[in-house]
Amino acid sequence: MQYTLIALVENKPGVLNRVASLFRRRNFNIESLNVGRTERDDISRMTIVMNSEETDARKVEVNLYKLVNVIDVQDVTNQPAVLRDLALIKVKAVPEQRAEIANLVAIFRARIVDVAPDSVIVEITGTEDKIEGLIELLRPIGILEMVRSGQVAMMRGSNNGVRHAPGANGHHSEEELTVGY
Amino acid sequence: MRKTGADILWECMLREGVEVVFGYPGGANMPIYDAMLNYPVHHVLVRHEQGAAHMADGYARASGKVGVAMATSGPGATNLVTGIATAMMDSSPIVCVTGQVAAHLVGGDAFQETDVTGITLPITKHNYLVTHSEEVAQVVREAFYIARSGRPGPVLIDICKNAQIEQAEFEYPESISLPGYRPPSHAPQADLQRAARLIAQAERPLILAGHGVLMSGAMEELSTFAIKTHTPIASTLLGLGSFPASHPLSLGMMGMHGEAYCNLAIQNADLLLAFGMRFDDRVTGNLRTYAPYARKIHVEIDPSEVHKNVHVDVPLVGDLKTVLRDLVPLVDEYDHESWLAQIASWRSESEQRDILAWPEDGKLYVAHVLRDLWQATQGAAIITTDVGQHQMWAAQYYLQERSHRFITSGGAGTMGFGLPSAIGTWFAHPDQEIWTIVGDGGFQMTQAELSTAVQEGANIKIALMNNNFLGMVRQWQEFFFEKRYSAVELRNPDFVKIADAHGIPARRVETPDEVLPAIEFARQTPGPVLVEFRVEKEEAVYPMVPTGADLDAMIRRPVRQQLAVETVRR
Repeated sequence: MQYTLIALVENKPGVLNRVASLFRRRNFNIESLNVGRTERDDISRMTIVMNSEETDARKVEVNLYKLVNVIDVQDVTNQPAVLRDLALIKVKAVPEQRAEIANLVAIFRARIVDVAPDSVIVEITGTEDKIEGLIELLRPIGILEMVRSGQVAMMRGSNNGVRHAPGANGHHSEEELTVGY
Repeated sequence: MRKTGADILWECMLREGVEVVFGYPGGANMPIYDAMLNYPVHHVLVRHEQGAAHMADGYARASGKVGVAMATSGPGATNLVTGIATAMMDSSPIVCVTGQVAAHLVGGDAFQETDVTGITLPITKHNYLVTHSEEVAQVVREAFYIARSGRPGPVLIDICKNAQIEQAEFEYPESISLPGYRPPSHAPQADLQRAARLIAQAERPLILAGHGVLMSGAMEELSTFAIKTHTPIASTLLGLGSFPASHPLSLGMMGMHGEAYCNLAIQNADLLLAFGMRFDDRVTGNLRTYAPYARKIHVEIDPSEVHKNVHVDVPLVGDLKTVLRDLVPLVDEYDHESWLAQIASWRSESEQRDILAWPEDGKLYVAHVLRDLWQATQGAAIITTDVGQHQMWAAQYYLQERSHRFITSGGAGTMGFGLPSAIGTWFAHPDQEIWTIVGDGGFQMTQAELSTAVQEGANIKIALMNNNFLGMVRQWQEFFFEKRYSAVELRNPDFVKIADAHGIPARRVETPDEVLPAIEFARQTPGPVLVEFRVEKEEAVYPMVPTGADLDAMIRRPVRQQLAVETVRR
């Protein structure tokens, strides 16, 4: 089944490499990995999607948690979360096909963001299912090129995702985050 | 005050309590070596950087402090790699400081440039590339803290040459901020209660004591718990010494070359209490048939070890010492006399098969030599070993009464570990008797460190078990490859002459009656001494669980001289 994890990491050089190296080292197969900035300059946010057994998802979680630069890991799978993926799809389109594409795009609440003499670029944001749906309909027309951002996720309201890693939840007070010994 | 990065490095390391470093200078760390002359720190010049890492590792395991190894960039740093991986697998706290080419050259394939942080990423607990002198103080402080806290491990600091030379304002950081690094200490109360209930229900409980007992310093707590709950203790290779071998509750070593009665106890137990161990394949054998009747409680500081190899019923994630302190008040006193009697009957059967029960036949067996050494030293020497047959015999026959006195490469199984780790151990305990037990194969991998031992006057005794074979590989070829010996025979140099060339007193022992006098000679002669034992060439370590076999499907030592290989079933 598909698992979605959120990891907050320190915004430092090499952290992405540490995470990627972990996936390789422990033989974890990742569906998508999105990295981006957050509301804080010193923290980056990763959204990791994987198709795996639950045991493997847990292993990814505890191993991520073990990295010194990883601050928090939450599992948002089956949680009240907003999940979004973005795709840019370049579709072969001679002028007489544009109307058909525009119709499909409207139904999916996507947008045409570029028009060239023989192609258009469609931008769509949404859940993976919705994007897959549009892709299936555009494929017969002719997809020339496609790029997807990978899924990003955010919990609704004041909810947090689930922290499965033993020791990740409730073992530490805030002041322990700064270590003075 | 403004100081160079190299000075800041030493200032910070002194504040971490560093008194000795093991290393090798080169182009990219010369400013560090120049600054070193101004600080009260003893530098041990090794003959190969692998030796430096093993010495730092041995020093760390023997002292409980962080060991420090230094190397230059490129090949200097890559030579550390085996030693770093060894420390990683055995959770040994070392800090490696490597020189790197100047920051503006990094990535340009400069002379002696290697991507050292990239290479060591999977074999360090954490690593740093320092490009500016302003970062040095903070990084050194963090590195030592990370190395020794939580589940300890190696940390590498790669310092660019410009960061060593350039000046920065030096102010020692009083605290550090590591928002993503929170080693657990207490286990949740609810989990402790669940564990206590399982312990109360158990009729055949067994403690599996691992390296974590020693790393956490939980020997007292382990003893208190075991005695209160009347629970026998089996030990991993690295857990030896966590509980006195002579105690009636002690079962000795488990696993591939563990005691047969110990493995039988695991397979028949109804509760396993895994304390600071990680269910390595050398300990479990076939995971599908491992401890089939046992509930499992796993006390472990590293959450990624929980459920990794063996699914457990109650994980207690925390520091072992703390968890045991929390757990002891929750358990009652129990009586497991019939379970202990069952184990004792298995044990007496094992003792009849034991090579120690063999009559004197004029041949030199490693097991006999080691038992003689154990008796001559009253079991009080600190032992380091190399890797192979002699290592297993050392674990079986040099019984450990006290903690932190058996230093060996467990997880990585690194040949060449014995001699350098003994030198490192000597710097931790210069007043104690130290023996390194090595085979003729592994010894030659780091034999160059004999010069280091002489240069430092290290008072270490080398017991070299020479069978002119890579003995463990030979044993596998005998058992599992129809005795087709492939690349295991060693035509060795004259080790006594090698020692002599280093100015090291040496003796060769070929018969049993020469053993004790040679041991006494070594003990009475100050400084490094080598004793070469010309032992039986084709002796095997028993019992043996073949790789992937059920833990109780052991190849047993044939009774007396019978040659039948048989299997014991419960």
